[in-house]
This record gives sequence, C-alpha cells and structure tokens, in this order.
Amino acid sequence: MSNWKAFLIELVLYTILLLVYFVIVLHYLGGWFKELYDHDRTLFAVVALLVMIGQTIGLQTVSSLLFRLISRKKT
Amino acid sequence: MHFPISGATIDPLYLIGLGFIVGILGGFFGVGGSFLAGPVLFVLGLPMNFVVGTDLLHIVGKSMVAARKHIAMGNVDLRLAAIMVIGTISGSEAGVQAIEALKRAAKVDLVVGVATIVVLVAISLFIFIESWQALKLRGSRKPIADQTSQEKDKRAFKFIARWTHSLAWPPKLSLPHSGIKSISLWAILLVSFVSGIFSGFLGGGAGYIRMPSLVYLLGIPTHIAIGTDLFEIVVSAGYGSFRHAMNGNVDVMIALIMQTGAAVGAQIGALLTQYFNGPRIRMAFAPLPLIGAGLIIYGLKTGHHIH
Repeated sequence: MSNWKAFLIELVLYTILLLVYFVIVLHYLGGWFKELYDHDRTLFAVVALLVMIGQTIGLQTVSSLLFRLISRKKT
Repeated sequence: MHFPISGATIDPLYLIGLGFIVGILGGFFGVGGSFLAGPVLFVLGLPMNFVVGTDLLHIVGKSMVAARKHIAMGNVDLRLAAIMVIGTISGSEAGVQAIEALKRAAKVDLVVGVATIVVLVAISLFIFIESWQALKLRGSRKPIADQTSQEKDKRAFKFIARWTHSLAWPPKLSLPHSGIKSISLWAILLVSFVSGIFSGFLGGGAGYIRMPSLVYLLGIPTHIAIGTDLFEIVVSAGYGSFRHAMNGNVDVMIALIMQTGAAVGAQIGALLTQYFNGPRIRMAFAPLPLIGAGLIIYGLKTGHHIH
C-alpha cells in the first residue's frame, strides 16, 4: 500500500501546482477565449480541443513525474 | 467565478471536485462519467446546450488520461478499437441528426429525458443482476494478485457472447489480444454504431452502454473492455465536442477547470482496477447510472431543460 502513501503526497504537491496554474494561466485565458468565441467559432473549436489535449498531457506529465519522484525517494 | 462564454457563475471548487469524481469513475469503470457530470452541471446552473458541449470537451481530456493509463497496462485492444472508430463516429452523427429532428418537432426535452432515464435504469438493473450471478459462481480462492485473467473475470450470461461469436456473417476476424478466435466484423460495427447513436443522442461518451456491450455481447474481458471503451470515448467525445464548439455550445474554461481535478481522479481509478476482479467492478458500477437518472427526474420535475 506504499503506492497509496506516495499518491497522497503527490496529491498535495499537485494541488499546490494546480493553484499556481489556476491563478496565473486560467485567469488570463478566460478573456481571450471569450474574444475568440465571439469572433471566430471554427478557430475557437480547434483551439478549445488543442488546449484541452495540451492541458491533459501537461497535467499527466507533471503528476506522473511527481509520482515517480516520490516513489523513488521512498525506495 | 463568472464564466463569460456561458454566462454562468459557478464555484470552481465544485467543478474541480466534480472532475475528480468523474475522473475516478473513468479510470475505474471505463466510462466517461457523463451520466453524472451532465446532470450535476445542469443542477449547478449551466444552460443545457452548454452542459452537453462542455461535458463532451471535458470528457476528451479526462478519457485521454485514463486511456493512456490503460494502454500502458495493456488493457486496450487496438485492433478492436480501430474497427470500432468507424461505427462510433457514424453512430454519433446519426444521434446528432436525431436530436436536430426532435428539436424541429420541439420534443427534445421530454424524449431525451425519458429515454435517458429508461436506459440508465435498465443498464443498472442488468449489470446488478449479472454481477450478482457472477459473484455467486464458485470461483478461485486464490488472492486476486495471483489469479489468471480468466479466474478474475468470471461472468454470468456467457451464452450471449457465445451466440455472438457463432454468428456466420462474413468477414470474420480474430482478436488475439482479447482472446477471441473468431468474430464477425458486423457484430463489432453494430455494437460501436449503436453506442455512437447513444453518444450523439443522449450526450457524453456513452461508456455506460459500450462497456457492458463489449463485455456481454462481444465477450471481451472486463479489463480490456474498460480500456478499449475509454479509447472509443476519446474518439466520440472529440468529434462531438468539436461540432458543439463550432455551434457555440462549449464553455472551454469550465471544461479546463473540471479536467484539472479529473487528471488526479483518473489515476486513482486506474490504480483501483488492479485490486478488484471483473464481477466486483461491475457490481460497484451498477447503482451509479441511477444517480444520473435521479438527477434527470429532479430536473424534469423542477422544469429544467434536459437537452
């Protein structure tokens, strides 16, 4: 069950990183997305999908890295 | 927090929490979680057209995380998934067209709402009865970690999959990764097409119908059905969200915030599948569609729009 302990540590670190990301990136993206939504719907659709995929891969990489780092330190 | 695209004001913590819960469901059960996320977003105050589109976009990211996890664990039958993409996309388009026809007839709220409730209750009952039967079967007494995949995945109603495998509709092909020697291509296309219709017509990734269909109709082992289903959800939700975004039905900020919670939830869900066998996973899934059905009944009774 050491996997779960590592996971909990990861969860705390991930939450801190998430808050930073939330304040810095998402806060400023809101207005830009609204502009795009109002003026070019096709580009908005493409960008929305790409940003979602990019964020997914980014968060996945960060959380996997954290998980690996924590697991390595424990062993 | 105010979301200017949809005009809704929602606490982002609710969105992260919702994403986290449906992330766990996605990783553990192989479903997109739309049966829960859609009704909850609706109850939180998002207009229904944005609920459908935004939930689909959020599903793309969340399912991608879970699908990648399952690919790494060898839980995706890539051959089966590639064939299913054809049926999934064409079925999804058929479902979207059916919605447009209902919109013109001004019957979309009632028809989609009632159809969703019927489907969710039926699925819940079927999975509960089947997994209950499967758990009663005398199985291996070895610890789960030491069991073979067949020992882990005992299931009732095997005769349905045997009947599907015996269908003599050419061309027939093998799915070695799923342990199937011979199955009709048409059976796979039919299952994926029907699931696609559900995705386009009722919204979400339709994992609630695809995952049980893969297990019971095609005889795919539960763990591979979960992974392959997630792969298909990425395809159907990607196609659907792109179309909805073009029609102005996506609040991308809400989807992005939900996805931050889902990224962690999906990892927990995928980790959990290693500690439970097939029937126990299916038994745990059984009551979940009823929650979505309950929320839709609440929405209908209080006069909220369903689609």
